Amino acid sequence: MKNDVIIALDKVSFSYNGADALENVSLSIRKGEFLGVVGPNGGGKSTLLKIILGLLTPAKGQISVLGKSPHKGRAAIGYVPQYAAFERNFPITVEETVLLGRLGKTRMLWRYSASDHHAVDVALRECEIDGLKHRRLNTLSGGQFQRVLIARGLVSEPEILILDEPTANIDMRVEEDIFDLLKKLNARSTIIVVSHDIGFISEYVTRVACLNRTLVCHETEAVSGKTIEELYGSSVHMIQHAH
Amino acid sequence: MEFFSALISQSFLQNALLAGLLASVGCGIMGTYVVVKRINFLAGGIAHSVLGGMGIAYFFGKSPIIGAIVAAVIAALIIGWVNLKWRENEDTIISAIWSVGMAIGIIFIAKTPGYSVDLMSYLFGNILMVPDSGLSLMLLLDVFLVAIVMLFYKQLLAVCFDEEFARLRGINVEFFYLLLLCMVALTVVLLIQVVGLILVIALLTLPAAIASQYQGSLLRIMLTAVVLGAVFTSGGLALSYAPDLPAGATIILIAGSVYLISTVARGLIKSKAKVNDI
Repeated sequence: MKNDVIIALDKVSFSYNGADALENVSLSIRKGEFLGVVGPNGGGKSTLLKIILGLLTPAKGQISVLGKSPHKGRAAIGYVPQYAAFERNFPITVEETVLLGRLGKTRMLWRYSASDHHAVDVALRECEIDGLKHRRLNTLSGGQFQRVLIARGLVSEPEILILDEPTANIDMRVEEDIFDLLKKLNARSTIIVVSHDIGFISEYVTRVACLNRTLVCHETEAVSGKTIEELYGSSVHMIQHAH
Repeated sequence: MEFFSALISQSFLQNALLAGLLASVGCGIMGTYVVVKRINFLAGGIAHSVLGGMGIAYFFGKSPIIGAIVAAVIAALIIGWVNLKWRENEDTIISAIWSVGMAIGIIFIAKTPGYSVDLMSYLFGNILMVPDSGLSLMLLLDVFLVAIVMLFYKQLLAVCFDEEFARLRGINVEFFYLLLLCMVALTVVLLIQVVGLILVIALLTLPAAIASQYQGSLLRIMLTAVVLGAVFTSGGLALSYAPDLPAGATIILIAGSVYLISTVARGLIKSKAKVNDI
């Protein structure tokens, strides 16, 4: 089982200008897992992702991605950032956006190769947006935009796919479609997804990491109202979703 | 008509037309990056600080354009470094580089022995006085800019669109950002000969800003901006000839008018479309 661990954090701590964001976080993510990371705003979810991606260096603790440093291991990670943070009016087409995911795999100079374009076609088909290939990003709906970002993360054929709040500001029906797609992709990639919706993601993920500066992991069946209350630090209402 | 007959017989006008066309290539391509990356203020800082290099070069009897190239690249690297490492003070530092560069230029030009150089030609350009050597330099800079953009189009697009993702895909974001600013700096030098350093930021950004209102990809914006730049520089030259107006200022007035008309027209079309939707 230990050999299956592809991401390992050991007693990782991180602070922004003295304010603790993560404290003593240890986490092992196994190959093929579909891990949901939940927690309150400011609980350190995005910080955790950025540490795994090598964008932030922890003050204390060790981290390895596929047995390497995050900086070296991240080539095998497909990353899907929060779509709401994007400049929607940037003049770029869906195809050009997804092609950016081939950087690091394609040749350095000159244009993309035929195999890059083929990989883009495959990723667009898999995300069911092949009909949008030549559309500008600012003409897409929120759900379509999110699928483009997933296709961009997928097109490098990553071993690990990391998504930061992929369904924030997206309506519930589209959210379900996106998670159905992720479930399908989980057959070949390990998936880590940050989400605010613990009730919803527990139907899809194999394990939940509850993060509020410190970390507690649970198998999905163990997530109860009490767990959520401890995580958020106050009483919360559990709402039964009707998807 | 008077312009066209003069164009056939006068080599200085032919040089001027060619200088405008060569400047259009640089302004169309690099102006597109400046507009989509929203670094107009950075480009303005680079453009104005160039006077420092020109003044120093003039004082020591060297070519002002070579001084401009050196100053532009140094200013680009300093401003780029500040942007990458010290973003909270960026505005103040760019403003300081902007005005200190100009102040150095004015002092060196004032203290240059011999006859007094025409400061106005540096500030407002003189497309009618571009020598053959100036054209060769412009051609060289254009070839360099086009070659770099063709070779690294993917990386430059990634850095402009999504720096964080580019970094994750192994792109050296800091290197390409500084390269981009250095290319903007060289373009500024290209354009200074046509419109001078006071007006250079307008010629750098207006063609690309107009093109971006109609085109949906970076490459198309670049090509359209090159054509618009060629129309503005040639049109400005032609219109200014008979009434003996300053060519640089006429070029900028045409570009500014087209930008204004285009922006208002698009606004009206959009609001009409909204009314129809209701």
